Amino acid sequence: MNPQRTLATAGRVLSQVRHDPRTIVLLLVVPSLLIGLLAWIFSDTPVFATIGPGMIALFPFIVMFLVTSITTLRERRTGTLERLLSMPLGKGDLILGYTLAFGLLAVAQSSVAVAFAVWVCGLEISGSIWLLLAVAVADAVLGTTLGLLASAFARTEFQVVQFMPALVFPQILLGGIFLPREQLPDVLRAISDWLPLSHAIDALQAVATDSQDAAYVGGELLIIGAWIVGAVVLGSVTLRRRTP
Amino acid sequence: MVNKSVPAVEVTDLHVRRGKHPVLHGLSVSVPRGVVVGLLGPSGCGKTTLLRTIVGAQVVQSGTVTVLGREAGSASLRHRVGYVTQDASVYDDLTVRQNLQYFRAVLGAPRSDVDRVLALTDLSAQAGQLVGSLSGGQRSRVSLAGALLGSPDLLVLDEPTVGLDPVLRVELWTLFHQLAASGTSLLVSSHVMDEASRCDRLLLMRDGEILADDTPKGLLAATGTSDTEGAFLALIAQHPLAEPSGSAS
Repeated sequence: MNPQRTLATAGRVLSQVRHDPRTIVLLLVVPSLLIGLLAWIFSDTPVFATIGPGMIALFPFIVMFLVTSITTLRERRTGTLERLLSMPLGKGDLILGYTLAFGLLAVAQSSVAVAFAVWVCGLEISGSIWLLLAVAVADAVLGTTLGLLASAFARTEFQVVQFMPALVFPQILLGGIFLPREQLPDVLRAISDWLPLSHAIDALQAVATDSQDAAYVGGELLIIGAWIVGAVVLGSVTLRRRTP
Repeated sequence: MVNKSVPAVEVTDLHVRRGKHPVLHGLSVSVPRGVVVGLLGPSGCGKTTLLRTIVGAQVVQSGTVTVLGREAGSASLRHRVGYVTQDASVYDDLTVRQNLQYFRAVLGAPRSDVDRVLALTDLSAQAGQLVGSLSGGQRSRVSLAGALLGSPDLLVLDEPTVGLDPVLRVELWTLFHQLAASGTSLLVSSHVMDEASRCDRLLLMRDGEILADDTPKGLLAATGTSDTEGAFLALIAQHPLAEPSGSAS
C-alpha cells in the first residue's frame, strides 16, 4: 500500500462524482427531505423528538451503502478493476481510496442532515452537536464500507440492490427505532447488540437527550469503528487479482 | 540490461478452465522479445484466456507461464506489462486526461507521460472531453494510451483495432512497429486475418491450441497459399478437430 496511490484513487472517485451533479444534489438533499417529511408527519406529537436522532443515522447509512456498492460493482463490471489489479495498485489502496472519497461525501451529507434536523425541523439536541455529527459521519462511513463489502458478493446490479433489504433492513428493524431495544425478545435483543446500526442509534439518542457521558458515546463510536475496519479488511481480502 | 535471450513470454503445458469448459488444454508457446507477435484465431478459441493468463488475471489449473523471466502475475511485473482488455476499460465519467492522470499516478510514471501517450494515440485534441462522449474507436484508443504509460517492456493487447477505420488501423500498426523497434515486445490478438501480414510473427490459434507459430512469409510458404486466411483454412484441413461429430464433412 502507498498513500500516493490511495489518494489518487480517492481523487479519481471524487472527480467521477463531480461530473455527475445530479448525484451530488440527491446525495446532499434526499436525507434532509426525508427527515423533514418525518418531522412534518409527527408535527403535533412528541414522536419526532425520540425517533429524529435515529433518522439522522438511518438515511445517510442507507444512501451511502447503495451508492458505494453500485459504484464499486460498476468498477468490477466495466473491466477497470481488472486493469487496476494488473497494475501496481494495492488492494488496500483501492478500498481505502473509495472509503476516503465516499467518507468525505458522507461528512458533507451528514452535516447537511444534522443542520436541517436541528435548525429547520427543530430537533432538540441537549448534548454536543459536534458529537452528534461525529456519530452521524461514522455511521455514513460504515454504510460506505459495508457497501464496498457487499459489492464483492454481487455479480449484477440487480443482486447488489437486493443486498440493501438483506443487510440493512434487519439492522433498522432491530435498531430500536420501531421498538426500544430493551423491549425486544431476548434472542433479538442479543442479536441487536452485535449490529453496528444499533450502536449508532443508541449513541445518537444518548447525545440528543444528553443522558450519557462522552465516554459512553466514545465507546459506541469505537464499536462502529471496529465494524468499519472489519469491513475494509474483509473487502480487501475479497478482491482477487486472479479470477476464474 | 534487457536480456534478449529470455523470451518475453514462455508458456508450458498450460491448462485453463473457465466455468465448466476447458479452454486451454496443454498449450505451450513462446513469444520472442522486441517484435510484434500476432495472436490470431476465430472468436471463442481462447485468445483472451491466454492473454489474461499472461497478465496474471486468470486462475489456471496447471502449467507454467513465465513473463520477462518471472512468474506471470508477480508483483514486479505490474510495472512492466501493459494490458488492454477487449472492451475499453476506462472511466466514462472522467475526461481522457483525467483517466490517464489516474493510471499514471497508479503506475508512478512521470507526469509528462500523459502528454506523450496522448500524442502517440492521436488523442491530444480530445484530452478534455469526457470518455463517455467519445466514439467507440476513440474510447479504445484511450484504453491503449493507458497501457502505454510508463513505457512497459511488454504490451498485451486484446483486439486493439476492432471497430477502427482503416486509416486509424494502419496508424496503430505503425505505432506498434515503432514501439517494437524501441525494444518493446508486443502480443496483439485479432480475429481479422488480414492483419496477420502486419505482424513480425504469427500464432494461429484454434480451439485452445496453437496450430502454427511462424513468420507470415514462412506460414504462406509452408501451406502453399497466397493469403493468411487461406493458410489458416489449409492448417485447419491438416488438423481436423478430434471430435466424434466430424464425419459429416
